[in-house]
Amino acid sequence: MVQVFFAYFALASIAAGVLTVALRHPVHCGLALLALLLHVSGLFILLNAEFLWAVQVIVYAGAILVLYLFVLMLLNLKTDERYFHSSYLYFLAPAAIGAVYVLALLIRSPFGGAKGDAPTKAVLQDGDTYAVGIKMFSDYLLQFEIVGVFLLGAVIGAIVLAKTPKPITNKHER
Amino acid sequence: MVPLSAYVAVSAVLFIIGLLGVVIRRNFIIVLMSVEIMLNAATINLVAFSHYLESMAGQLVALFIIAIAAGEAAIGLAIIIVVFRGKISTNVDEMNLLKW
Repeated sequence: MVQVFFAYFALASIAAGVLTVALRHPVHCGLALLALLLHVSGLFILLNAEFLWAVQVIVYAGAILVLYLFVLMLLNLKTDERYFHSSYLYFLAPAAIGAVYVLALLIRSPFGGAKGDAPTKAVLQDGDTYAVGIKMFSDYLLQFEIVGVFLLGAVIGAIVLAKTPKPITNKHER
Repeated sequence: MVPLSAYVAVSAVLFIIGLLGVVIRRNFIIVLMSVEIMLNAATINLVAFSHYLESMAGQLVALFIIAIAAGEAAIGLAIIIVVFRGKISTNVDEMNLLKW
């Protein structure tokens, strides 16, 4: 059953990614990106990361994508006749060859490694949100605060950038 | 049970799709969307390794990636609005103001 869901989410997210890159109209690209984000959040459920699933749906699909669609609506873009670069065919073949090579390497490698201190059974006992919260507010407290300062800077920067510029008036000449 | 390499393969394919989008698209907004695809591929990788190696650290870094992506989207779209106000275009080929 898990394999079926994994195959569905993986194939649907790859198809949505291709559509995001290949569609002509920017709003259609945004909607394909929404499908991609929701299917990636489905993969998070399969990996027992319920908190990240909620964050992905709320922040990505709910906030970031709405921001993109708002900007698309404000700008009222006209669709270009040529929406790819003129030499895009030169990039497609190397990308396909590179992808096949990387996939061959990835599927062969065993990915062994030292196990951490959060086995699935222990995470499922109290829930993923509890485990993430305990870890975040003990070991990762400094990073958490840094992200807070970063977001404050992003908010201020976005306001300063998008503000309508005032005409410069010289006070001394009056 | 789905093997870990399957998740890593999905993430690699998504990353390559996002990279292609950054390289071949001419609309700046679509380029930013392709960057979001690449960030999502990295997040899948982190969460998959966090699950299979039984450590919580991957999920926390994935959470920070989502926060960074929110800031990046806000700043990027603000820059698009500023550029669009002056040039009435979101074509990346026509944005050469800072090119030396």
